[in-house]
Amino acid sequence: MSAVATAHPAPAMPRLALGRTGTAVALLLPIALINAIGFVLPVLNLLRMSFNEALAGGGVREAFILSNWTGLFGDSFYLELIVNSVSVSLGITFLTLVVSYPIALYLHRSSGRWRTFLTVLVISPLLTSAVVRTYGWIALLADQGPIVSAIAALGITPPRLMFNTTGVVIGLTEILMPYMILSLLAGFGRLDPRVEEAAMTLGAPPAKTFWRVILPLTLPGIALGCLLCFVLAVSSFITPKLLGGGRVFLLATEIYDQAIVTLNWPLAATLSILVLVIFGAALAVYARVLRVIE
Amino acid sequence: METNTTSLPMKVLVAVLFLFLLAPVILVVPISFSGEQVLSFPPASWSFRWYTALLNNSAMISAFWTSLLLGAIVTVISLAAAIPAAYVIVRMRTAGSGFLYNFFTAPLLLPTIVLGLAILIVFASIGFLGTFSGLVIGHLVITMPYALRVLATTLGNLPLACEEAASTLGGRPITVFRRVTLPMMAPGIVAATALCFLVSFDEVVITLFLTGPRLSTLPVQLFHHVESRADPLVASVSVLLIFLTLAVVMIVDRTVGLSKTFVK
Repeated sequence: MSAVATAHPAPAMPRLALGRTGTAVALLLPIALINAIGFVLPVLNLLRMSFNEALAGGGVREAFILSNWTGLFGDSFYLELIVNSVSVSLGITFLTLVVSYPIALYLHRSSGRWRTFLTVLVISPLLTSAVVRTYGWIALLADQGPIVSAIAALGITPPRLMFNTTGVVIGLTEILMPYMILSLLAGFGRLDPRVEEAAMTLGAPPAKTFWRVILPLTLPGIALGCLLCFVLAVSSFITPKLLGGGRVFLLATEIYDQAIVTLNWPLAATLSILVLVIFGAALAVYARVLRVIE
Repeated sequence: METNTTSLPMKVLVAVLFLFLLAPVILVVPISFSGEQVLSFPPASWSFRWYTALLNNSAMISAFWTSLLLGAIVTVISLAAAIPAAYVIVRMRTAGSGFLYNFFTAPLLLPTIVLGLAILIVFASIGFLGTFSGLVIGHLVITMPYALRVLATTLGNLPLACEEAASTLGGRPITVFRRVTLPMMAPGIVAATALCFLVSFDEVVITLFLTGPRLSTLPVQLFHHVESRADPLVASVSVLLIFLTLAVVMIVDRTVGLSKTFVK
Protein backbone atom coordinates (compact mmCIF):
# COMPACT_ATOMS: atom_id res chain seq x y z
CA MET A 1 0.00 0.00 0.00
CA SER A 2 2.72 2.40 0.93
CA ALA A 3 4.04 3.09 -2.51
CA VAL A 4 0.77 3.73 -4.30
CA ALA A 5 0.87 7.24 -3.15
CA THR A 6 4.42 8.23 -3.73
CA ALA A 7 3.75 9.84 -7.05
CA HIS A 8 1.27 12.41 -5.77
CA PRO A 9 2.25 16.08 -5.70
CA ALA A 10 1.74 18.16 -2.55
CA PRO A 11 -1.86 19.38 -2.44
CA ALA A 12 -2.69 22.95 -3.34
CA MET A 13 -2.34 25.16 -0.30
CA PRO A 14 -4.30 28.39 0.06
CA ARG A 15 -2.83 30.61 2.73
CA LEU A 16 -4.18 32.30 5.81
CA ALA A 17 -1.59 34.06 7.90
CA LEU A 18 -2.63 34.07 11.53
CA GLY A 19 0.17 32.46 13.47
CA ARG A 20 3.66 33.09 14.70
CA THR A 21 6.71 30.95 14.21
CA GLY A 22 6.52 29.84 17.83
CA THR A 23 3.04 28.41 17.43
CA ALA A 24 4.04 26.70 14.20
CA VAL A 25 7.03 25.03 15.83
CA ALA A 26 4.94 23.90 18.81
CA LEU A 27 2.28 22.41 16.53
CA LEU A 28 4.89 20.57 14.47
CA LEU A 29 6.72 19.23 17.51
CA PRO A 30 4.83 15.91 17.94
CA ILE A 31 5.17 14.78 14.33
CA ALA A 32 8.80 15.99 14.18
CA LEU A 33 9.70 14.13 17.36
CA ILE A 34 8.22 10.80 16.26
CA ASN A 35 9.77 11.26 12.83
CA ALA A 36 13.18 11.89 14.37
CA ILE A 37 13.09 8.78 16.58
CA GLY A 38 11.38 6.44 14.13
CA PHE A 39 12.69 7.60 10.77
CA VAL A 40 15.57 10.10 10.54
CA LEU A 41 17.77 8.57 13.24
CA PRO A 42 17.26 4.94 12.10
CA VAL A 43 17.90 5.71 8.43
CA LEU A 44 21.07 7.71 9.14
CA ASN A 45 22.20 4.95 11.48
CA LEU A 46 21.52 2.38 8.76
CA LEU A 47 23.79 4.25 6.39
CA ARG A 48 26.49 4.36 9.07
CA MET A 49 25.99 0.66 9.84
CA SER A 50 26.88 -0.35 6.29
CA PHE A 51 30.47 0.81 7.00
CA ASN A 52 30.81 -1.03 10.32
CA GLU A 53 32.56 -4.32 10.76
CA ALA A 54 30.55 -7.45 11.50
CA LEU A 55 32.03 -9.75 14.14
CA ALA A 56 31.34 -13.45 14.49
CA GLY A 57 28.23 -14.28 16.54
CA GLY A 58 26.29 -11.15 15.71
CA GLY A 59 28.60 -8.49 17.15
CA VAL A 60 29.27 -5.18 15.45
CA ARG A 61 32.51 -3.20 15.70
CA GLU A 62 32.42 0.54 15.04
CA ALA A 63 34.67 1.12 12.08
CA PHE A 64 34.85 2.79 8.75
CA ILE A 65 35.48 0.03 6.25
CA LEU A 66 34.33 -0.57 2.71
CA SER A 67 34.58 -4.35 2.84
CA ASN A 68 30.78 -4.80 3.16
CA TRP A 69 30.44 -3.08 -0.17
CA THR A 70 33.45 -4.57 -1.93
CA GLY A 71 32.56 -8.02 -0.54
CA LEU A 72 29.12 -7.72 -2.09
CA PHE A 73 30.48 -7.29 -5.58
CA GLY A 74 33.34 -9.75 -5.15
CA ASP A 75 31.13 -12.61 -4.00
CA SER A 76 29.45 -14.59 -6.77
CA PHE A 77 26.52 -15.50 -4.47
CA TYR A 78 25.67 -11.84 -3.93
CA LEU A 79 26.31 -10.85 -7.52
CA GLU A 80 23.88 -13.55 -8.60
CA LEU A 81 21.41 -12.47 -5.91
CA ILE A 82 21.44 -8.89 -7.18
CA VAL A 83 21.15 -9.88 -10.85
CA ASN A 84 18.40 -12.38 -9.95
CA SER A 85 16.40 -9.84 -7.93
CA VAL A 86 16.53 -7.24 -10.67
CA SER A 87 15.73 -9.63 -13.52
CA VAL A 88 12.94 -11.45 -11.66
CA SER A 89 11.45 -8.06 -10.72
CA LEU A 90 11.64 -6.87 -14.34
CA GLY A 91 9.93 -10.08 -15.48
CA ILE A 92 7.19 -9.68 -12.85
CA THR A 93 6.71 -6.04 -13.90
CA PHE A 94 6.28 -7.04 -17.54
CA LEU A 95 3.84 -9.86 -16.70
CA THR A 96 1.86 -7.55 -14.42
CA LEU A 97 1.60 -5.02 -17.23
CA VAL A 98 0.37 -7.67 -19.69
CA VAL A 99 -2.36 -9.00 -17.36
CA SER A 100 -3.37 -5.55 -16.05
CA TYR A 101 -3.61 -3.64 -19.33
CA PRO A 102 -6.82 -5.27 -20.63
CA ILE A 103 -8.54 -4.74 -17.27
CA ALA A 104 -7.48 -1.09 -17.15
CA LEU A 105 -8.58 -0.48 -20.74
CA TYR A 106 -11.93 -2.14 -20.06
CA LEU A 107 -12.40 -0.08 -16.87
CA HIS A 108 -11.51 3.10 -18.73
CA ARG A 109 -14.20 2.37 -21.30
CA SER A 110 -16.94 1.45 -18.82
CA SER A 111 -19.01 3.98 -16.94
CA GLY A 112 -21.57 4.43 -14.21
CA ARG A 113 -22.21 1.88 -11.48
CA TRP A 114 -20.63 -0.97 -13.43
CA ARG A 115 -17.34 0.96 -13.43
CA THR A 116 -17.63 1.73 -9.71
CA PHE A 117 -18.29 -1.93 -8.97
CA LEU A 118 -15.28 -3.07 -11.02
CA THR A 119 -13.07 -0.41 -9.41
CA VAL A 120 -14.04 -1.73 -5.98
CA LEU A 121 -13.10 -5.25 -7.17
CA VAL A 122 -9.69 -3.94 -8.25
CA ILE A 123 -9.08 -2.09 -4.97
CA SER A 124 -10.39 -4.79 -2.63
CA PRO A 125 -7.31 -7.06 -2.87
CA LEU A 126 -5.22 -4.06 -1.76
CA LEU A 127 -7.15 -4.07 1.49
CA THR A 128 -6.45 -7.75 2.03
CA SER A 129 -3.21 -8.65 3.76
CA ALA A 130 -0.38 -9.88 1.54
CA VAL A 131 -0.06 -12.83 3.94
CA VAL A 132 -3.66 -13.86 3.22
CA ARG A 133 -3.30 -13.51 -0.54
CA THR A 134 -0.03 -15.45 -0.53
CA TYR A 135 -1.75 -18.13 1.55
CA GLY A 136 -4.45 -18.33 -1.13
CA TRP A 137 -1.73 -18.89 -3.73
CA ILE A 138 -0.13 -21.61 -1.61
CA ALA A 139 -3.48 -23.44 -1.67
CA LEU A 140 -3.81 -22.97 -5.43
CA LEU A 141 -0.24 -23.85 -6.41
CA ALA A 142 0.41 -26.71 -3.98
CA ASP A 143 1.70 -30.04 -5.31
CA GLN A 144 -1.73 -31.68 -4.84
CA GLY A 145 -3.51 -28.41 -5.56
CA PRO A 146 -6.17 -27.78 -8.20
CA ILE A 147 -3.85 -26.33 -10.85
CA VAL A 148 -1.22 -29.06 -10.64
CA SER A 149 -3.99 -31.73 -10.64
CA ALA A 150 -5.63 -30.14 -13.68
CA ILE A 151 -2.33 -30.16 -15.59
CA ALA A 152 -1.70 -33.77 -14.55
CA ALA A 153 -5.21 -34.73 -15.72
CA LEU A 154 -4.26 -33.55 -19.19
CA GLY A 155 -1.55 -36.19 -19.19
CA ILE A 156 1.33 -33.75 -18.90
CA THR A 157 3.97 -34.12 -16.20
CA PRO A 158 3.07 -31.11 -14.03
CA PRO A 159 5.80 -28.63 -13.19
CA ARG A 160 6.40 -27.61 -9.59
CA LEU A 161 4.62 -24.32 -9.09
CA MET A 162 5.55 -23.61 -5.48
CA PHE A 163 8.70 -23.13 -3.41
CA ASN A 164 10.51 -21.93 -6.51
CA THR A 165 10.81 -18.79 -8.63
CA THR A 166 7.74 -19.70 -10.70
CA GLY A 167 5.52 -19.55 -7.63
CA VAL A 168 7.01 -16.23 -6.51
CA VAL A 169 6.47 -14.76 -9.99
CA ILE A 170 2.82 -15.92 -10.15
CA GLY A 171 2.01 -14.69 -6.64
CA LEU A 172 3.73 -11.32 -6.94
CA THR A 173 2.22 -10.64 -10.36
CA GLU A 174 -1.25 -11.02 -8.87
CA ILE A 175 -0.38 -9.02 -5.76
CA LEU A 176 0.97 -6.09 -7.80
CA MET A 177 -1.93 -6.00 -10.30
CA PRO A 178 -4.07 -3.43 -8.43
CA TYR A 179 -1.14 -0.97 -8.32
CA MET A 180 -0.55 -1.41 -12.04
CA ILE A 181 -4.25 -1.10 -12.93
CA LEU A 182 -4.66 2.09 -10.88
CA SER A 183 -1.49 3.64 -12.38
CA LEU A 184 -2.60 2.75 -15.90
CA LEU A 185 -6.03 4.25 -15.28
CA ALA A 186 -4.46 7.45 -13.97
CA GLY A 187 -2.49 7.73 -17.22
CA PHE A 188 -5.42 6.83 -19.49
CA GLY A 189 -6.93 10.32 -19.17
CA ARG A 190 -5.55 11.31 -22.57
CA LEU A 191 -7.22 8.36 -24.26
CA ASP A 192 -10.31 9.90 -25.83
CA PRO A 193 -12.73 7.33 -27.36
CA ARG A 194 -13.25 9.73 -30.29
CA VAL A 195 -9.59 9.32 -31.28
CA GLU A 196 -10.09 5.54 -31.54
CA GLU A 197 -13.31 6.04 -33.47
CA ALA A 198 -11.53 8.38 -35.85
CA ALA A 199 -8.81 5.80 -36.50
CA MET A 200 -11.38 3.06 -37.07
CA THR A 201 -13.56 5.25 -39.29
CA LEU A 202 -10.52 6.08 -41.40
CA GLY A 203 -10.16 2.37 -42.04
CA ALA A 204 -7.53 1.25 -39.52
CA PRO A 205 -8.00 -2.40 -38.47
CA PRO A 206 -8.36 -2.95 -34.68
CA ALA A 207 -4.79 -4.23 -34.29
CA LYS A 208 -3.35 -1.24 -36.07
CA THR A 209 -5.55 1.13 -34.05
CA PHE A 210 -4.16 -0.45 -30.90
CA TRP A 211 -0.46 -0.31 -31.84
CA ARG A 212 -0.51 3.08 -33.53
CA VAL A 213 -3.12 5.03 -31.55
CA ILE A 214 -4.08 3.49 -28.20
CA LEU A 215 -0.70 2.21 -27.03
CA PRO A 216 1.29 5.42 -27.73
CA LEU A 217 -1.33 7.51 -25.93
CA THR A 218 -1.17 5.28 -22.86
CA LEU A 219 2.64 5.15 -22.58
CA PRO A 220 2.84 7.61 -19.65
CA GLY A 221 0.51 5.38 -17.60
CA ILE A 222 2.52 2.31 -18.57
CA ALA A 223 5.75 4.00 -17.47
CA LEU A 224 4.29 4.99 -14.10
CA GLY A 225 2.80 1.55 -13.46
CA CYS A 226 6.05 -0.19 -14.39
CA LEU A 227 8.11 2.06 -12.12
CA LEU A 228 5.77 1.41 -9.22
CA CYS A 229 5.57 -2.35 -9.73
CA PHE A 230 9.31 -2.70 -10.23
CA VAL A 231 10.22 -0.94 -6.98
CA LEU A 232 7.52 -2.89 -5.12
CA ALA A 233 8.74 -6.19 -6.59
CA VAL A 234 12.41 -5.53 -5.77
CA SER A 235 11.58 -4.72 -2.14
CA SER A 236 8.76 -7.21 -1.54
CA PHE A 237 9.37 -9.68 1.23
CA ILE A 238 6.26 -11.58 2.36
CA THR A 239 5.42 -13.32 -0.92
CA PRO A 240 9.00 -14.38 -1.86
CA LYS A 241 9.55 -15.62 1.67
CA LEU A 242 6.35 -17.70 1.88
CA LEU A 243 5.92 -18.83 -1.73
CA GLY A 244 9.67 -19.26 -2.17
CA GLY A 245 9.76 -21.53 0.87
CA GLY A 246 13.30 -20.44 1.70
CA ARG A 247 14.56 -21.69 -1.64
CA VAL A 248 14.29 -18.45 -3.60
CA PHE A 249 16.96 -15.92 -2.74
CA LEU A 250 16.10 -12.31 -3.45
CA LEU A 251 17.36 -9.04 -1.98
CA ALA A 252 14.53 -8.50 0.49
CA THR A 253 14.56 -12.07 1.85
CA GLU A 254 18.34 -11.89 2.21
CA ILE A 255 18.09 -8.60 4.16
CA TYR A 256 15.69 -10.28 6.57
CA ASP A 257 17.79 -13.44 6.93
CA GLN A 258 20.99 -11.45 7.52
CA ALA A 259 19.23 -9.23 10.09
CA ILE A 260 17.26 -11.88 11.99
CA VAL A 261 18.93 -15.25 11.40
CA THR A 262 22.63 -14.58 10.70
CA LEU A 263 22.63 -11.35 12.75
CA ASN A 264 25.04 -9.67 10.35
CA TRP A 265 23.65 -6.14 10.61
CA PRO A 266 26.37 -4.38 8.60
CA LEU A 267 25.71 -6.68 5.64
CA ALA A 268 21.91 -6.33 6.02
CA ALA A 269 22.35 -2.54 6.11
CA THR A 270 24.53 -2.63 3.00
CA LEU A 271 21.93 -4.69 1.12
CA SER A 272 19.22 -2.23 2.22
CA ILE A 273 21.17 0.73 0.91
CA LEU A 274 21.66 -1.23 -2.31
CA VAL A 275 17.86 -1.57 -2.62
CA LEU A 276 17.60 2.22 -2.27
CA VAL A 277 20.27 2.66 -4.97
CA ILE A 278 18.24 0.39 -7.27
CA PHE A 279 15.17 2.55 -6.47
CA GLY A 280 17.15 5.64 -7.48
CA ALA A 281 18.26 4.00 -10.72
CA ALA A 282 14.67 2.99 -11.52
CA LEU A 283 13.50 6.57 -10.92
CA ALA A 284 16.23 7.90 -13.21
CA VAL A 285 15.21 5.49 -15.97
CA TYR A 286 11.57 6.53 -15.46
CA ALA A 287 12.41 10.24 -15.76
CA ARG A 288 14.40 9.49 -18.91
CA VAL A 289 11.58 7.44 -20.44
CA LEU A 290 9.03 10.19 -19.65
CA ARG A 291 11.19 12.76 -21.42
CA VAL A 292 11.41 10.56 -24.51
CA ILE A 293 7.62 9.98 -24.53
CA GLU A 294 6.66 13.64 -24.09
CA MET B 1 -25.33 1.52 -17.57
CA GLU B 2 -22.63 0.13 -19.75
CA THR B 3 -21.51 1.97 -22.83
CA ASN B 4 -18.82 -0.52 -23.73
CA THR B 5 -18.38 -1.51 -27.32
CA THR B 6 -15.83 -4.15 -26.31
CA SER B 7 -15.74 -7.31 -28.41
CA LEU B 8 -16.64 -10.67 -26.91
CA PRO B 9 -13.10 -12.17 -26.84
CA MET B 10 -11.91 -9.06 -24.99
CA LYS B 11 -14.73 -9.44 -22.45
CA VAL B 12 -13.81 -13.08 -21.88
CA LEU B 13 -10.15 -12.11 -21.45
CA VAL B 14 -11.03 -9.40 -18.93
CA ALA B 15 -13.24 -11.86 -17.00
CA VAL B 16 -10.40 -14.41 -16.85
CA LEU B 17 -7.94 -11.76 -15.67
CA PHE B 18 -10.38 -10.61 -12.98
CA LEU B 19 -10.66 -14.22 -11.85
CA PHE B 20 -6.85 -14.41 -11.60
CA LEU B 21 -6.80 -11.19 -9.56
CA LEU B 22 -9.50 -12.29 -7.13
CA ALA B 23 -8.84 -16.06 -6.97
CA PRO B 24 -6.62 -16.15 -3.85
CA VAL B 25 -8.97 -13.94 -1.84
CA ILE B 26 -12.11 -15.82 -2.91
CA LEU B 27 -10.47 -19.19 -2.30
CA VAL B 28 -9.94 -18.69 1.43
CA VAL B 29 -13.72 -18.69 2.01
CA PRO B 30 -14.34 -22.35 1.03
CA ILE B 31 -11.02 -23.42 2.57
CA SER B 32 -12.05 -21.99 5.93
CA PHE B 33 -14.94 -24.51 6.05
CA SER B 34 -12.62 -27.43 5.32
CA GLY B 35 -12.94 -30.53 7.46
CA GLU B 36 -9.42 -31.69 6.57
CA GLN B 37 -6.35 -31.77 8.76
CA VAL B 38 -4.13 -30.11 6.13
CA LEU B 39 -4.54 -27.34 3.60
CA SER B 40 -6.16 -28.65 0.42
CA PHE B 41 -8.46 -27.36 -2.27
CA PRO B 42 -11.15 -28.38 -2.88
CA PRO B 43 -11.52 -29.89 0.61
CA ALA B 44 -12.76 -33.49 0.73
CA SER B 45 -15.07 -32.74 3.67
CA TRP B 46 -16.65 -29.69 5.25
CA SER B 47 -16.91 -28.49 8.84
CA PHE B 48 -16.58 -25.57 11.24
CA ARG B 49 -13.63 -27.20 13.00
CA TRP B 50 -11.15 -24.50 11.97
CA TYR B 51 -13.33 -21.75 13.40
CA THR B 52 -13.49 -23.73 16.64
CA ALA B 53 -9.73 -24.28 16.46
CA LEU B 54 -9.30 -20.53 16.03
CA LEU B 55 -11.32 -19.76 19.15
CA ASN B 56 -9.15 -22.21 21.10
CA ASN B 57 -5.88 -20.80 19.73
CA SER B 58 -4.85 -18.44 22.49
CA ALA B 59 -1.80 -17.13 20.59
CA MET B 60 -3.99 -15.98 17.66
CA ILE B 61 -6.61 -14.47 19.96
CA SER B 62 -4.08 -12.52 21.99
CA ALA B 63 -2.34 -11.36 18.79
CA PHE B 64 -5.71 -10.13 17.55
CA TRP B 65 -6.27 -8.04 20.70
CA THR B 66 -2.73 -6.68 20.47
CA SER B 67 -3.38 -5.63 16.86
CA LEU B 68 -6.70 -4.04 17.75
CA LEU B 69 -5.27 -2.07 20.67
CA LEU B 70 -2.15 -1.14 18.69
CA GLY B 71 -4.27 0.04 15.75
CA ALA B 72 -6.47 2.17 18.00
CA ILE B 73 -3.57 3.82 19.84
CA VAL B 74 -1.59 4.39 16.65
CA THR B 75 -4.63 5.94 14.95
CA VAL B 76 -5.29 8.35 17.82
CA ILE B 77 -1.65 9.48 18.03
CA SER B 78 -1.40 9.78 14.24
CA LEU B 79 -4.38 12.10 14.13
CA ALA B 80 -3.21 14.08 17.15
CA ALA B 81 0.17 14.66 15.49
CA ALA B 82 -1.00 15.08 11.90
CA ILE B 83 -3.92 17.50 12.40
CA PRO B 84 -1.76 20.30 13.85
CA ALA B 85 0.96 19.55 11.30
CA ALA B 86 -1.50 19.73 8.40
CA TYR B 87 -2.80 23.02 9.81
CA VAL B 88 0.68 24.54 10.00
CA ILE B 89 1.67 23.30 6.54
CA VAL B 90 -1.53 24.28 4.74
CA ARG B 91 -2.91 27.26 6.68
CA MET B 92 0.02 28.97 8.37
CA ARG B 93 2.06 28.46 5.27
CA THR B 94 5.48 29.64 6.39
CA ALA B 95 8.67 29.41 4.37
CA GLY B 96 9.49 25.81 3.55
CA SER B 97 6.06 24.27 4.09
CA GLY B 98 6.43 22.39 0.81
CA PHE B 99 9.66 20.95 2.14
CA LEU B 100 8.04 20.07 5.48
CA TYR B 101 5.24 18.23 3.70
CA ASN B 102 7.67 16.20 1.61
CA PHE B 103 9.87 15.56 4.62
CA PHE B 104 7.07 14.28 6.83
CA THR B 105 5.65 12.04 4.10
CA ALA B 106 9.12 10.74 3.11
CA PRO B 107 8.82 7.46 5.11
CA LEU B 108 6.27 6.27 2.52
CA LEU B 109 8.99 6.39 -0.14
CA LEU B 110 11.14 3.81 1.61
CA PRO B 111 10.38 0.11 1.32
CA THR B 112 9.16 -1.35 4.60
CA ILE B 113 11.92 -3.98 4.61
CA VAL B 114 14.51 -1.16 4.78
CA LEU B 115 12.52 0.87 7.34
CA GLY B 116 11.99 -2.24 9.47
CA LEU B 117 15.70 -3.05 9.54
CA ALA B 118 16.65 0.58 10.24
CA ILE B 119 14.23 0.76 13.17
CA LEU B 120 15.31 -2.68 14.46
CA ILE B 121 18.96 -1.62 14.74
CA VAL B 122 18.19 1.60 16.63
CA PHE B 123 15.52 0.04 18.85
CA ALA B 124 17.80 -2.85 19.78
CA SER B 125 20.26 -0.41 21.33
CA ILE B 126 17.62 1.43 23.40
CA GLY B 127 15.75 -1.70 24.52
CA PHE B 128 12.57 -1.04 22.54
CA LEU B 129 12.50 -4.43 20.78
CA GLY B 130 9.55 -6.65 21.62
CA THR B 131 7.85 -3.85 23.53
CA PHE B 132 4.45 -2.34 22.87
CA SER B 133 5.86 1.22 22.76
CA GLY B 134 8.37 0.08 20.14
CA LEU B 135 5.52 -1.24 17.99
CA VAL B 136 3.56 2.00 18.44
CA ILE B 137 6.49 4.13 17.21
CA GLY B 138 7.27 1.70 14.37
CA HIS B 139 3.69 1.90 13.11
CA LEU B 140 3.46 5.67 13.59
CA VAL B 141 6.36 6.10 11.17
CA ILE B 142 4.12 4.96 8.31
CA THR B 143 0.62 5.87 9.55
CA MET B 144 1.42 9.53 10.30
CA PRO B 145 2.42 10.30 6.69
CA TYR B 146 -0.84 8.77 5.43
CA ALA B 147 -2.84 10.83 7.93
CA LEU B 148 -0.91 13.98 7.02
CA ARG B 149 -1.48 13.44 3.32
CA VAL B 150 -5.22 12.88 3.62
CA LEU B 151 -5.67 15.78 6.07
CA ALA B 152 -3.52 18.24 4.11
CA THR B 153 -5.49 17.44 0.95
CA THR B 154 -8.78 17.91 2.81
CA LEU B 155 -7.65 21.19 4.35
CA GLY B 156 -6.26 22.44 1.03
CA ASN B 157 -9.60 21.82 -0.67
CA LEU B 158 -11.65 23.69 1.98
CA PRO B 159 -12.69 27.22 1.05
CA LEU B 160 -11.07 29.89 3.20
CA ALA B 161 -14.19 32.09 3.30
CA CYS B 162 -15.76 30.59 6.45
CA GLU B 163 -12.56 30.76 8.46
CA GLU B 164 -11.87 34.32 7.27
CA ALA B 165 -15.39 35.37 8.17
CA ALA B 166 -15.04 33.86 11.63
CA SER B 167 -11.75 35.64 12.32
CA THR B 168 -13.03 38.93 10.87
CA LEU B 169 -15.91 38.69 13.32
CA GLY B 170 -13.37 38.52 16.13
CA GLY B 171 -12.87 34.77 16.70
CA ARG B 172 -9.50 33.90 18.19
CA PRO B 173 -7.41 31.55 15.99
CA ILE B 174 -7.94 28.62 18.37
CA THR B 175 -11.70 29.24 18.46
CA VAL B 176 -11.90 29.54 14.69
CA PHE B 177 -9.98 26.29 14.36
CA ARG B 178 -12.11 24.42 16.90
CA ARG B 179 -15.50 25.75 15.82
CA VAL B 180 -15.04 26.19 12.07
CA THR B 181 -12.00 24.42 10.59
CA LEU B 182 -12.16 21.17 12.53
CA PRO B 183 -15.86 20.44 11.83
CA MET B 184 -15.32 21.15 8.14
CA MET B 185 -12.42 18.68 8.12
CA ALA B 186 -14.62 15.85 9.45
CA PRO B 187 -14.75 13.76 6.23
CA GLY B 188 -10.97 13.91 5.94
CA ILE B 189 -10.60 12.92 9.58
CA VAL B 190 -12.87 9.88 9.08
CA ALA B 191 -10.86 8.85 6.02
CA ALA B 192 -7.55 9.34 7.85
CA THR B 193 -8.83 7.33 10.83
CA ALA B 194 -9.85 4.38 8.64
CA LEU B 195 -6.64 4.50 6.65
CA CYS B 196 -4.37 4.69 9.73
CA PHE B 197 -6.21 1.84 11.41
CA LEU B 198 -6.15 -0.42 8.35
CA VAL B 199 -2.48 0.31 7.63
CA SER B 200 -1.51 -0.43 11.24
CA PHE B 201 -3.75 -3.49 11.48
CA ASP B 202 -2.31 -4.89 8.24
CA GLU B 203 1.34 -3.93 8.76
CA VAL B 204 3.56 -6.98 8.75
CA VAL B 205 7.10 -6.30 7.51
CA ILE B 206 8.17 -3.57 9.95
CA THR B 207 6.32 -5.39 12.73
CA LEU B 208 8.17 -8.65 11.99
CA PHE B 209 11.42 -6.89 12.91
CA LEU B 210 10.03 -5.43 16.14
CA THR B 211 7.94 -8.19 17.71
CA GLY B 212 9.37 -10.55 20.28
CA PRO B 213 8.54 -14.06 21.48
CA ARG B 214 5.96 -12.76 23.96
CA LEU B 215 4.45 -9.96 21.87
CA SER B 216 3.00 -10.50 18.42
CA THR B 217 0.42 -8.89 16.17
CA LEU B 218 -2.15 -10.81 14.15
CA PRO B 219 -0.47 -10.42 10.70
CA VAL B 220 2.88 -11.48 12.17
CA GLN B 221 1.28 -14.46 13.89
CA LEU B 222 -0.37 -15.40 10.58
CA PHE B 223 2.96 -15.04 8.76
CA HIS B 224 4.73 -17.37 11.19
CA HIS B 225 1.85 -19.82 10.99
CA VAL B 226 1.91 -19.96 7.17
CA GLU B 227 5.69 -20.24 7.29
CA SER B 228 5.65 -23.28 9.55
CA ARG B 229 2.40 -25.16 8.77
CA ALA B 230 -0.07 -25.60 5.94
CA ASP B 231 -3.48 -25.98 7.56
CA PRO B 232 -6.85 -24.24 7.05
CA LEU B 233 -6.58 -22.20 10.29
CA VAL B 234 -5.26 -19.14 8.45
CA ALA B 235 -8.27 -19.29 6.12
CA SER B 236 -10.74 -18.94 8.98
CA VAL B 237 -8.79 -15.96 10.36
CA SER B 238 -8.69 -14.47 6.85
CA VAL B 239 -12.43 -14.73 6.39
CA LEU B 240 -13.01 -12.89 9.66
CA LEU B 241 -10.41 -10.27 8.65
CA ILE B 242 -12.08 -9.74 5.28
CA PHE B 243 -15.36 -9.04 7.07
CA LEU B 244 -13.63 -6.63 9.46
CA THR B 245 -12.06 -4.77 6.52
CA LEU B 246 -15.40 -4.69 4.72
CA ALA B 247 -17.02 -3.16 7.79
CA VAL B 248 -14.39 -0.40 7.99
CA VAL B 249 -14.61 0.24 4.25
CA MET B 250 -18.39 0.46 4.38
CA ILE B 251 -18.27 2.98 7.21
CA VAL B 252 -15.87 5.09 5.15
CA ASP B 253 -17.97 4.68 2.02
CA ARG B 254 -21.09 5.84 3.85
CA THR B 255 -19.34 8.89 5.29
CA VAL B 256 -16.95 10.14 2.61
CA GLY B 257 -16.97 7.83 -0.41
CA LEU B 258 -14.62 4.99 -1.07
CA SER B 259 -12.84 6.13 -4.20
CA LYS B 260 -12.01 9.51 -2.64
CA THR B 261 -10.22 7.80 0.21
CA PHE B 262 -8.29 4.98 -1.32
CA VAL B 263 -7.73 5.88 -4.94
CA LYS B 264 -6.47 9.42 -4.50
